[in-house]
Amino acid sequence: MSLPDDTTPPEAANMIVARDVDVHYDDKQALFGVSLDVVGGNVTALIGPSGCGKSTFLRCLNRMNDVIEGCRVSGRIEIEGEDIYDRSLDVVQLRARVGMVFQKPNPFPKSIYDNIAYGPRIHGLAASRGELDEIVERSLVRAGLWDEAKDRLRQPGTSLSGGQQQRLCIARAIAVDPQVVLMDEPCSALDPIATARIEELIDELRQNYTILIVTHSMQQAARVSQRTAFFHLGYLVEVGTTEQIFTNPHDSRTQDYITGRFG
Amino acid sequence: MSAFVVTAVILGLAALGYHLGRGRARGLVSNGSGTARLHSLPGYHGGYVALWCALPAFGLLALWLALEPAALRYQTLSTLGDQVDGLAPERVELLYNDIRNLAAGTATSRAPDAGLKAAADSHARLEALLPWALLVVASLLAVAGLLYGRRRLTPAFRARNAVERSLRWILIASSTIAVLTTIGIVLSLLFEALRFFDKVPLAEFLFGLEWSPQTALRADQVGSSGSFGAVPIFAGTALISLIAMLVAVPVGLFSAIYLAEYAKRRVRDVVKPVLEILAGIPTVVYGFFAALTVAPQVRGFGEAVGLDVSSESALVAGVVMGIMIIPFVSSLSDDVITAVPRSLREGSYGLGATQSETIRQVVLPAALPGIVGSILLAVSRAIGETMIVVMAAGLAANLTANPFQAVTTVTVQIVTLLIGDQEFDSPKTLAAFALGLVLFAITLVLNIVALVIVRKYREEYD
Amino acid sequence: MTETTAPSRPAPRAKRSGRLARRYAAERRFRAYGIAAIALSITFLLLLFGSILNQAWSALQQTRIGLDIHFDAALLDPDGTRDPAILAKADYGALVKKAWRERFPEVRKRRDKRALRRLLSVGAPYELAAMASADPGLIGTTQRVWLTASDDVDMWLKGKLAEGGGKRAKIGAKALGWLTMLRDEGRLERQFNSAFFTAGDSREPELAGVWGAVAGSFFTLVVCLGLAFPFGVMTAVYLQEFAPRNRWTDLIEVNTNNLAAVPSIVFGLLGLAVLLNFAGLPRSAPLVGGIVLALMTLPTIIIAGRAALQAVPPSIREAALGVGASEMQVVLHHVLPLAMPGILTGTILGAARALGETAPLLMIGMVAFIVDIPADFTDPATALPVQIYLWADAPERAFAERTAAAILVLLGFLVCMNLAAVMLRRAFEQRW
Repeated sequence: MSLPDDTTPPEAANMIVARDVDVHYDDKQALFGVSLDVVGGNVTALIGPSGCGKSTFLRCLNRMNDVIEGCRVSGRIEIEGEDIYDRSLDVVQLRARVGMVFQKPNPFPKSIYDNIAYGPRIHGLAASRGELDEIVERSLVRAGLWDEAKDRLRQPGTSLSGGQQQRLCIARAIAVDPQVVLMDEPCSALDPIATARIEELIDELRQNYTILIVTHSMQQAARVSQRTAFFHLGYLVEVGTTEQIFTNPHDSRTQDYITGRFG
Repeated sequence: MSAFVVTAVILGLAALGYHLGRGRARGLVSNGSGTARLHSLPGYHGGYVALWCALPAFGLLALWLALEPAALRYQTLSTLGDQVDGLAPERVELLYNDIRNLAAGTATSRAPDAGLKAAADSHARLEALLPWALLVVASLLAVAGLLYGRRRLTPAFRARNAVERSLRWILIASSTIAVLTTIGIVLSLLFEALRFFDKVPLAEFLFGLEWSPQTALRADQVGSSGSFGAVPIFAGTALISLIAMLVAVPVGLFSAIYLAEYAKRRVRDVVKPVLEILAGIPTVVYGFFAALTVAPQVRGFGEAVGLDVSSESALVAGVVMGIMIIPFVSSLSDDVITAVPRSLREGSYGLGATQSETIRQVVLPAALPGIVGSILLAVSRAIGETMIVVMAAGLAANLTANPFQAVTTVTVQIVTLLIGDQEFDSPKTLAAFALGLVLFAITLVLNIVALVIVRKYREEYD
Repeated sequence: MTETTAPSRPAPRAKRSGRLARRYAAERRFRAYGIAAIALSITFLLLLFGSILNQAWSALQQTRIGLDIHFDAALLDPDGTRDPAILAKADYGALVKKAWRERFPEVRKRRDKRALRRLLSVGAPYELAAMASADPGLIGTTQRVWLTASDDVDMWLKGKLAEGGGKRAKIGAKALGWLTMLRDEGRLERQFNSAFFTAGDSREPELAGVWGAVAGSFFTLVVCLGLAFPFGVMTAVYLQEFAPRNRWTDLIEVNTNNLAAVPSIVFGLLGLAVLLNFAGLPRSAPLVGGIVLALMTLPTIIIAGRAALQAVPPSIREAALGVGASEMQVVLHHVLPLAMPGILTGTILGAARALGETAPLLMIGMVAFIVDIPADFTDPATALPVQIYLWADAPERAFAERTAAAILVLLGFLVCMNLAAVMLRRAFEQRW
């Protein structure tokens, strides 16, 4: 899938390159000229007050906005140098490369096994039953759910607790072996203990996947991410290493937000 | 029926196509260097081939079935040569019927001559040949589609996208059926009604006071000799609907109020489904109940108090119809009453109003548009109801407001005009379609008005 | 509500309590109206069921007369071949006549003899024929055989025949005498009416059954569901999951809602004009009836289907899209299976309505008198509700109880279907 290194333009050394992304919902503009580079193998946190467009931007990256009626996206987004809004691109294959974990755990009302096997099945990733079993096991192990779930693979995914469900959703996302995993406030519906487990997991997953996480909690952003982007009112205000954003923000709005003056 | 056989053959070929396509897709990757990867799962390749196999063949089948009778007729009549020229269309129709009967070996209306026999022979030959021709042509087309679809398969071929596009078109096509049904209803009613108004002036139909279509049956009285003034029918329909609403509206409305405002949850959970049973009983059962149980009782009671009650009185049909409609009024009104926001009620209680005062002066006025909408729907239901009136109301078109007399309704007339009558050109049968058109138009207007009112009301409180 | 001023306090309070009493009385009245309305509805329902049950139960039994029939070999099978063809053609009426002669030798006059024979159904000789064909060993023996009595005898024994004298009486004075004798000898019995459940229609009430109508209803319903279910589901899926919001889909939606409220008889007119007269399909066929009912049921299924699809939470769709399922896969793999119980419930309720529907079937000729049991979609047939309509119109007293019994059969099917729908809903009820 990946292009040979020598043909890669220098700019695209970053995994994801977004340039001048505007998003409109019908007449309302939600994003204004967002340009952001995402470094591969990192966790990038998107922070900002509610309605600032961070989730909207996240959903642009796997074109989940396509399913919202009246939503228009303009500008250019490339993943590994490939324009993901190109007409010839198959959006289904894009979503296999860019997995997503949602705000509320949303397992399919099927067994744990089938929840994870669904993606590999529709993408034809396993040639045999054995391979599929392997994928399921590997994904559950990576999501840190294997020990809890290995004896109840045939039970419905909805029988798990909230935190387990969310890890199931993460396992489901990584089962199709994506390059990028998008997480839209993955812990907002969970208790602190479950949240800590997910955060550990995110840190482990960083080795294999490029992760973007939208979060409301600045502590969480500080804990799990290497880079942070701050959105405000549809604009990308500032982006940098997490350390720099939290200790030495350049923009006064960023400063105000992280010190809790608004948001 | 040959269509069934052809359908089965096409489906069989499509299944074969699916199998072949899937197998070929698997072959494409295993024979390659190993780097080749399928864009779509093998199953979609199979589905793609199956669609190419089945869709054109089914299209052909539909076209063939639509055109076959006309083609058969043309071919058969052309063997008769100039014998057909100059004949009136009805005569040609009769002639063709005879040929068909002769070919089928049943009785004909005339002694067959040689020409007729030859035509019948050729007709029979063709009729025997055509199903086989259809089978062969459809199978060939299916096989051709199969081969074509199979040839297009490559590892990079987006079979899933192609299959999903076709599926989407199939879905779109099926969603037009509902619209086509409406168009079919409007066109068929309009077409036959226009033929009726050719023979009977529209003004006479709409404003005439006398309805006696039976006279038009007599052979020496073709055309508009029967009288087709529909006013008594409309009046009868209105009378019976009115009686029905007099029963259904108070009972239904008070039931709804009680269930929505007073009843405890457990009572509500039991009574609501019980009331809805009334709506689930087939109307023919109500008809039986009205005609064989209620009517004799009412008649006997009338005799006892010295009233002259017809055994097919409007009263009985109307009351029984009203019983049937109670649940329509009650469940729709229940919905709109529960939709009235709590805050309104609490505002009224806060002023020290009793519950009934609150209901009468706050809840009902607020829910009024919705209730009116539900009553309109119930009226349209009453007007269109057929079996109760067919079994319990009369046939005589009396222009009266006396509920103890027999009146007739639009639906009763449609049924009596059309049952057992084969002749399709007489004003008598066509009149049924004119009445059907009126019925359709009135119920349509009532429904649209009611839906608009209810929707407006819903928006107000959403 | 009440204005009170300090100086004149006592008087208004008295007034107020009177007023309050009136207000509470009004409250109680209002409440009573509600209870009365519900009580009235339930009374109607009970009356309806009561009157039908009351009329129907006696149709479960049929009066039979026990006669000593001598299966005379010389008459039935003179050559002793026991050939079924010969046995079927033999004159069984003569056996009955002989049996009557032996039991009532004193009856000599021709008119009386005819009256005597009329105590039995015209179907009695056929019953003997069936017995002889089934068991040729009977030939040459004499047996006490229970033969179906005529409808008048049946009604008399069930006490439903007004015992008036005069010439217009259904059963004359002499016949009454014979019947009383037969009854006292134990030759008159009410037995289970199996013919009612196995026979087709007949002009004779004692021979008529609902099986033909049930078969007709079955074929009609198969066609109806075979068409309405797939097309209804496909339409619902398209409208709910794929269709853009534009004028065309608005039109389809408004049109579907209106179609659901079009009187059923109008669909019958459509069937008559388009299917019979234009497309030339056979009259009285379950195929045509099924198509007409399918068009009528389609809006119900579409509306139920859309509601069920809408109830599937969007998070499921997002989850599937998120792992790279295409829109079609989202619907086929996730949304549709989850909505299926709801769709099926709506479909069963629609089918129940179609099963009870009569008017459109009258229009397309399924109202004919059909004795044979239909075996195919194109055989002339009638349907259960139409059979009820036909029998309700019949003048014979004995048809009234059979009509009520047929209604019970119809209601039985409807209750089963509705129970199935309720159970389906319970079993798959999902809280999100």
